[in-house]
Amino acid sequence: MGIYLPIAEMSVNMVMLLAMGAAVGFLSGMFGVGGGFLITPLLIFYNIPPAIAVATGANQVVASSVSGALVHLKKGTIDFKLGTVLLAGGVVGSTVGVWVFSLLRSVGQLDLFVSLLYVVLLGTVGALMLVESVRAIQRARGTLPGTAPKATQHNWIHRLPWKMRFRTSKLFVSVIPVIVIGVFIGFLASIMGVGGGFIMVPALIYLLKVPTNVVVGTSLFQIIFTAAYTTIVHSATNQTVDVVLAFLLMVGGVAGAQYGARAGQKLRGEQLRALLALLVLAVAMRLGFDLFVPPSSPYSLSSLSGL
Amino acid sequence: MRTLALAALALMLTAPAPAHAQAPENPVQENIQIGLSTDRVSITTDFSGADLTIFGALDNADPLVSRQGRYDVIVVLEGPPRPVVVRKKTRVLGMWINTQSETFLNVPVSYSLATSRALQDITYPENYRQMALGSENVTVTPYDRNGDAATITEFTAALRERKRASGLYSERIGGVQFLSQNLFRASLHLAPNVPVGTHRARAFLFKNGAFIKENSAQLVITKAGFEQSIYRYAQTNGLAYGIFAVLLAFLTGWLGRLIFRKD
Repeated sequence: MGIYLPIAEMSVNMVMLLAMGAAVGFLSGMFGVGGGFLITPLLIFYNIPPAIAVATGANQVVASSVSGALVHLKKGTIDFKLGTVLLAGGVVGSTVGVWVFSLLRSVGQLDLFVSLLYVVLLGTVGALMLVESVRAIQRARGTLPGTAPKATQHNWIHRLPWKMRFRTSKLFVSVIPVIVIGVFIGFLASIMGVGGGFIMVPALIYLLKVPTNVVVGTSLFQIIFTAAYTTIVHSATNQTVDVVLAFLLMVGGVAGAQYGARAGQKLRGEQLRALLALLVLAVAMRLGFDLFVPPSSPYSLSSLSGL
Repeated sequence: MRTLALAALALMLTAPAPAHAQAPENPVQENIQIGLSTDRVSITTDFSGADLTIFGALDNADPLVSRQGRYDVIVVLEGPPRPVVVRKKTRVLGMWINTQSETFLNVPVSYSLATSRALQDITYPENYRQMALGSENVTVTPYDRNGDAATITEFTAALRERKRASGLYSERIGGVQFLSQNLFRASLHLAPNVPVGTHRARAFLFKNGAFIKENSAQLVITKAGFEQSIYRYAQTNGLAYGIFAVLLAFLTGWLGRLIFRKD
């Protein structure tokens, strides 16, 4: 069933987009990430212009993170104070990101930059997560001797000034790394059309030592607002948010997310992380493949505005 | 796929040829007419491309030439002209990266052509080139006129090739059919990604391989009410549009949680 997208100015298959949203929603509910890192490349594979895929992806992330964060709100696993500090950084990073986005689009290197960011970040995060989770699985089976790394170890981050107390996370830490993480995630969010959950979750766990049960909720809470801000800024400066496309993805996404969350509860934490790592690596490899394999035609057309 | 029967124009088919008072010594010149019953096509939510039929007629056709099938008609639907940037990827450090680009002005966004016979049977290639007729010959103006000629030729060819690959430039041989000696019908295809704007339908009449006459009509393709409102609102009130999109996302996320909750 075809539906015409008013901003992308093309006709697409509605069932296909709903299914795409549902599949990504299922995975995002299962792993507690926004799913933006899956939806944006999928839209680009589906011939949606990259600029529209990125901005619309951010809009879809708002819906799936609201849906996910409500679950954590009920359980009380959101650190609002930590989330707000991250958000302050996120707004700054996002503003810079949208500006860089427009600049890259005008010189024709947006696709390259977005692809490179995806390959490098997804590849790194996926590989690290895979190694960590495989070791955890081996430890659980008793095949790997040694002890789990102590979460109480203090590193250089804990020696920085301007410390602040975050009660829900049972944390007393400098605001500098928190804001830096926020800026970085906000920047990525606006350029890649992602919420940044796949980076935020490991950063909070490994760098700030936030307890794992608080991480996903806080990350989702923060992502809602970063993605919302990104959507609005893209819409105001580039007019690239296609609300019809976003709505189709959201409807599929929120439905899939709730089923995914239930499926996720049946798996153990390290198994879940290993699966997510494989998924992230698969996306990175698919995008890397496109960068290195000769394209079917070396030429491409774009209008002056880059759409 | 819908058929937009855009017109039957059977003017002057039965009327006798009008006398040309100003040139009585010349044989009466043939003329070609096309007309559209509607000058506006709306793209609605379920639009997935459409077939466009244009009817037309020849005036003062010579019955002898007609019987021998020596009249040929080419009908073109040309989209609105827009600037286009053509980029070329080359291998840098093993990666395929956009390195060169060339800007062209006044490139018709779409170009769809229908003919009564194979192009090479109608007239000579140089005539097509002169008239800028056919997807190989669409006029494009390089922005940098003093650029390297070989590069411009290369990028011009690439531009036309990419347009054909995307389905925006197309040719339909045999798309024009004579229904009688004077009346013809042209079937053109509107691609699912047909651009909105003012399109121009042009009909060319050839006789024994020589160009005789051209006529044209305008066709406006617009988005239908809902799509147009969204597009216009996004363009004029980007900020409010973005806020609306976010509120919609909040609402969808909240409702989705209520309806599909599984814990």
